[in-house]
Amino acid sequence: MCDQTFLVNVFGSCDKCFKQRALRPVFKKSQQLSYCSTCAEIMATDGLHENETLASLKSEAESLKGKLEEERAKLHDVELHQVAERVEALGQFVMKTRRTLKGHGNKVLCMDWCKDKRRIVSSSQDGKVIVWDSFTTNKEHAVTMPCTWVMACAYAPSGCAIACGGLDNKCSVYPLTFDKNENMAAKKKSVAMHTNYLSACSFTNSDMQILTASGDGTCALWDVESGQLLQSFHGHGADVLCLDLAPSETGNTFVSGGCDKKAMVWDMRSGQCVQAFETHESDINSVRYYPSGDAFASGSDDATCRLYDLRADREVAIYSKESIIFGASSVDFSLSGRLLFAGYNDYTINVWDVLKGARVSILFGHENRVSTLRVSPDGTAFCSGSWDHTLRVWA
Amino acid sequence: MAAGPAPSGGRARAQRLHLSKMERVVLSMQDPDQGVRMRSQRLLITVVPHAVTGGDVVEWLIQKFCISQEEALHLGTLLVQHGYIYPLRDPGILVLRQDETPYRFQTPYFWTSTLWPAAELDYAIYLAKKNMRKQGSLLDHEKERYDQLHKRINHAWDLVLMQAREQLRAAKQRRKGDRLVIACQEQTFWLVNRPPPGSPNVLEQGPELSCCAASPVQMTKSSDFYKQEIECCRKALGRARVKSSVCLEAYLQFSVQHRLHDPMLSGCLPGNPWITDSAAYWAVNSPTAAAPTKLRVERWAFSFQELLEDPVGRAHFMDFLRKEFSAENLSFWEACEELRYGGQAQVPALVDAVYQQFLAPGAAHWVNIDSRTMERTLEGLRQPHRYVLDDAQLHIYMLMKKDSYPRFLKSDLYKGLLAEAGIPLETKRRVFPFPRKPWHASPSPALLPPSGEPMVAGGPDGGDSVA
Repeated sequence: MCDQTFLVNVFGSCDKCFKQRALRPVFKKSQQLSYCSTCAEIMATDGLHENETLASLKSEAESLKGKLEEERAKLHDVELHQVAERVEALGQFVMKTRRTLKGHGNKVLCMDWCKDKRRIVSSSQDGKVIVWDSFTTNKEHAVTMPCTWVMACAYAPSGCAIACGGLDNKCSVYPLTFDKNENMAAKKKSVAMHTNYLSACSFTNSDMQILTASGDGTCALWDVESGQLLQSFHGHGADVLCLDLAPSETGNTFVSGGCDKKAMVWDMRSGQCVQAFETHESDINSVRYYPSGDAFASGSDDATCRLYDLRADREVAIYSKESIIFGASSVDFSLSGRLLFAGYNDYTINVWDVLKGARVSILFGHENRVSTLRVSPDGTAFCSGSWDHTLRVWA
Repeated sequence: MAAGPAPSGGRARAQRLHLSKMERVVLSMQDPDQGVRMRSQRLLITVVPHAVTGGDVVEWLIQKFCISQEEALHLGTLLVQHGYIYPLRDPGILVLRQDETPYRFQTPYFWTSTLWPAAELDYAIYLAKKNMRKQGSLLDHEKERYDQLHKRINHAWDLVLMQAREQLRAAKQRRKGDRLVIACQEQTFWLVNRPPPGSPNVLEQGPELSCCAASPVQMTKSSDFYKQEIECCRKALGRARVKSSVCLEAYLQFSVQHRLHDPMLSGCLPGNPWITDSAAYWAVNSPTAAAPTKLRVERWAFSFQELLEDPVGRAHFMDFLRKEFSAENLSFWEACEELRYGGQAQVPALVDAVYQQFLAPGAAHWVNIDSRTMERTLEGLRQPHRYVLDDAQLHIYMLMKKDSYPRFLKSDLYKGLLAEAGIPLETKRRVFPFPRKPWHASPSPALLPPSGEPMVAGGPDGGDSVA
């Protein structure tokens, strides 16, 4: 487990030296202790054996990473576009905006679909979270969060609740109610507590568990009813910006991407990192699994999207073009996994042929950066949210 | 709306990547051989050298990047909006016109990425100069800001006015052409750094995020962090990998198999709801539809997971298992899923219920697990947690997948469903001038009663029938 130190003003007896000092919470092998600052300093270099220094450990890690890349390259006997020569090319591709959802007074930051394939929840910079029936464009629920920059929101699988969070460092769950006498904010449940902003959240297979990613560099799994932390995931060296749950049949892993340019696959049960990929040149803003669960795509500030295969344990494709200069903020696959939709900070959406690696189409329409993009659960359309205050459904 | 000094730290630096890429583009545009055609531009009686036309810029982008005209215009507009190219006429609006409108390249001194703090003092001097040069030339929003600045930095106002006067006097020494160019450059810089209300602020990067440690190194990397990385690498080195050819082949197969089921590639019948404005497709494919479509039934044969994920498919599979007297397997698996994803408080009760129903000797729905797994599970039940049944669940899942599922696909039950399943009729496309079909609302899932048995009834509403 990675050790981290955070600052908090508590005074008491240090768990190590037992002196009365100002204490900080410290995580040692996922157990929380309170150390005074001297003991915390000592702990940072704790565990070093003779002849070891932080620098030597760092260089050992680097050399192992190099060896790993070599090993990965040995089994790489063919490129994706070579294999894809046998597949027929996609025909003319036309997608248009079919619905425009106006109602947010500020930048739309995140959105998620309901399992009923037509409702969505979206959150914005001014703290407003809105639930829409996007087919009719009617707003069904609206909640104002007590914080601004609500960067994460999610719809519960049952369709009866939503979760959202942002600069308040928390993830809150709101049950959806149509009762006119009830204020939605009254039944709010604070579930997750991080020490920095919440960047992404997602329900697992039920309404009762939530997975969150935060700017404090960790991901965490929570029990909604009690707010209890079930498992935490340490390993990112910087803010975690996105996560996605695997659609696998034994459903126990998820992938996260962060500012440390790494995409990491985690085992939900043990909290261990199972695989890590570090080929992007900048922050990874979005990760999404391929429908079969054997691979995932990532979108990054380096203006590329990449496909990583989990069984081959390597990057297998890069989706980039010289004319695309701005970072990709969110990615998602079409139902068959043949198309990859990516929203960019240059206000456009690029559609990529996953197998052949070529760009199929570029969609204009938004008047500011595209911040979020999700394909609907039955693959009939996808929805994009933008800093221009609107959401668009394309089909 | 102050841009202020650029935030330091990894996140902010990363977000400047697009600026350096834009600069590379702009530099190659100015290449004497390969760049955009430069010409001298005559504005009334002044001649300004090294100007380019909007049309030439767009042409160059089309050639260089092999993109469409629309995309080239969009990219060019972004370059202008970020202040790398500025218009010589109408310098108040940062827009790229694809015609003979003259533009020039911004001097690197004023480049957005130079991170020159666009401070209040500088802005005040700029506005003061503008005001002095020609009374009443300040736009409304500029007047407002000028007054605000006057209040805020009143103590330095003499300095502001003096600087403004000095700069104007120095400018007078220059040639008219240079004066014009410098004025345009400055104006563009301030349009980018202090955009007028209503135009997008391209410098906006997101919330003021405090990173873990507010220093360029994001987190205190202790020895344990590196040890964990080393451990992770060692494990990865020992992992069994699959050849790329095998993995990539799998994508091909998956795509081909699912192509007809992907509405974006193959359309969907009776019609894509978003295009035809009719919700019939959702009604026909609802989770409780009594008559699943042919495509839907075909999908159950793709993988066991697909069959289980579809409630109608799962129900039919359960019927089949009942006939084979192994329905308890599926029930057990469902109970384990409930445990794994259920609330923490329910774990002990659920584990007990599962034990009583499925694992205890003489249980009503006893599942047949191999003795070793059973032993391990019973051992683990002494300290119940949500993953205690994982081994048993996996065993039963594999049993169903390898044994019952293939039999199901070969069974008369499944073949019958496939034969009965119909293909919906395509909704006729509306032709103008008929009015748009009204978008029908649907009940929110939040209103429905908590699901017990899926309702078997319910034909599609909207009236479109299945062939």
